[in-house]
Amino acid sequence: MSGLNISNAHPYLYWGHDGYDGVGAWLEVMRFADWATIPGSYDLAEARDWHFVMAWPFALALLMMWVAMIANRHFWRDLKTQRAEWKPGAIWVDIVDHAKFKFAPHPASGKYNFLQKLSYGLVLGVLLPLMIATGLAISPGFEPSAPWLVDLFGGRQSARSIHFITAFALLGFFVIHIALVLVTGPIKQITDMISGGKA
Amino acid sequence: MSMPIKRRGALAAIAALMTGACSEIADSNAGRSLAKSAENWHRRAHRALANRQALAREYSKADVSTYFRGNGTVRIDRPEYKAALDAGFPDWRVEVRGLFDNPLSLSLNDIRTMPQRTQITRHDCVEGWSAIGEWTGPQLSHVLDAAKVQEGANFIVFRCADTLRGGDYYESIDMVDAYHPQTIIAHLLNGEAIPEKNGAPLRMRVERQLGYKHPKYLTAIEAVASLDDIGGGKGGYWEDRANYQWYAGV
Repeated sequence: MSGLNISNAHPYLYWGHDGYDGVGAWLEVMRFADWATIPGSYDLAEARDWHFVMAWPFALALLMMWVAMIANRHFWRDLKTQRAEWKPGAIWVDIVDHAKFKFAPHPASGKYNFLQKLSYGLVLGVLLPLMIATGLAISPGFEPSAPWLVDLFGGRQSARSIHFITAFALLGFFVIHIALVLVTGPIKQITDMISGGKA
Repeated sequence: MSMPIKRRGALAAIAALMTGACSEIADSNAGRSLAKSAENWHRRAHRALANRQALAREYSKADVSTYFRGNGTVRIDRPEYKAALDAGFPDWRVEVRGLFDNPLSLSLNDIRTMPQRTQITRHDCVEGWSAIGEWTGPQLSHVLDAAKVQEGANFIVFRCADTLRGGDYYESIDMVDAYHPQTIIAHLLNGEAIPEKNGAPLRMRVERQLGYKHPKYLTAIEAVASLDDIGGGKGGYWEDRANYQWYAGV
């Protein structure tokens, strides 16, 4: 939401190293309404303050989650996909079940079904780390310590484009995630999160 | 997905409440000091991760942007400036004053005859855009050494001829950035005298920070121990006026 305020400062996305005045922009981003931005009116300085304060717990928490998940077997036992799950037949069954809001996992999957594991992997393993990596690549003070990172994305403006694309992908995930939670018993799932399913 | 207007309105009201609350938090003392702390963590992290002298990316001539945008002040409407611009700034002076043993008054010719550095670098604006240009000028370190900057100097303050929305533009950097090899007093952009919109006759380059830290229309270089008594006390025009970060490496 602070990012939406920042986006309003220059709502054009480019590929490559430079880009200005919207010239050659591959996208003109919509202007986000006040109610969607933090702060609630255009203020680039304050939006940046929020953005960069929050970046620290965001990045450190993500790192800690990965370390914990790999150390305590949550990743290996619950999240890692098994070979059997990748069979086209099994994938199709999982997609059909999802469409019917049937979330009981396939016997080979364990606690989470295949699409859930893919979502975890995509969000925690790709999209969230990409937010951090592209955010670093946008920073002129960070670039001298890892110019290869900016090169990896194809230049500072490409990093900025990918930062935005990834953010909107996460927003899309968030909307679907919340919608599915709401239709599958949100109260029980929230109390389960706190009680560990033992309430 | 269509929702009845009432529900949509309720959601917007909740979001507005949240963002309103967030604004209150941001403006509070706790909020502001947290933001300042984050700025310090970033500065320390950047300086820890890279050598103090680590260079910002330098590009080739083929990468230069077709047009180098001007931002902030793009025109100085005072007749003396206009006359000087037309004449090539024969009487322009950059005062080097403050905590120096050997204060100087530099003309454009003095600047041009010092050892020069030419660098093709990317200018990143805080708004989000970038432009690549070739800048030429002497390193600030050369001037600081010639003027014999004193031990007690902690910051270099840059004074400017432009007044933006009623306030004189100024900026400041610490001694790490002051001595960085890419911190130059530029007088050429893409091989020609800097245009008015980009800061004629002189503008600073501080290549590891965002564009507002590269003051234009340079009139003085001051060495000070503290920024507290300069301008609004936050080290720069945008910092004083709108709470932008003093360390603009992020």
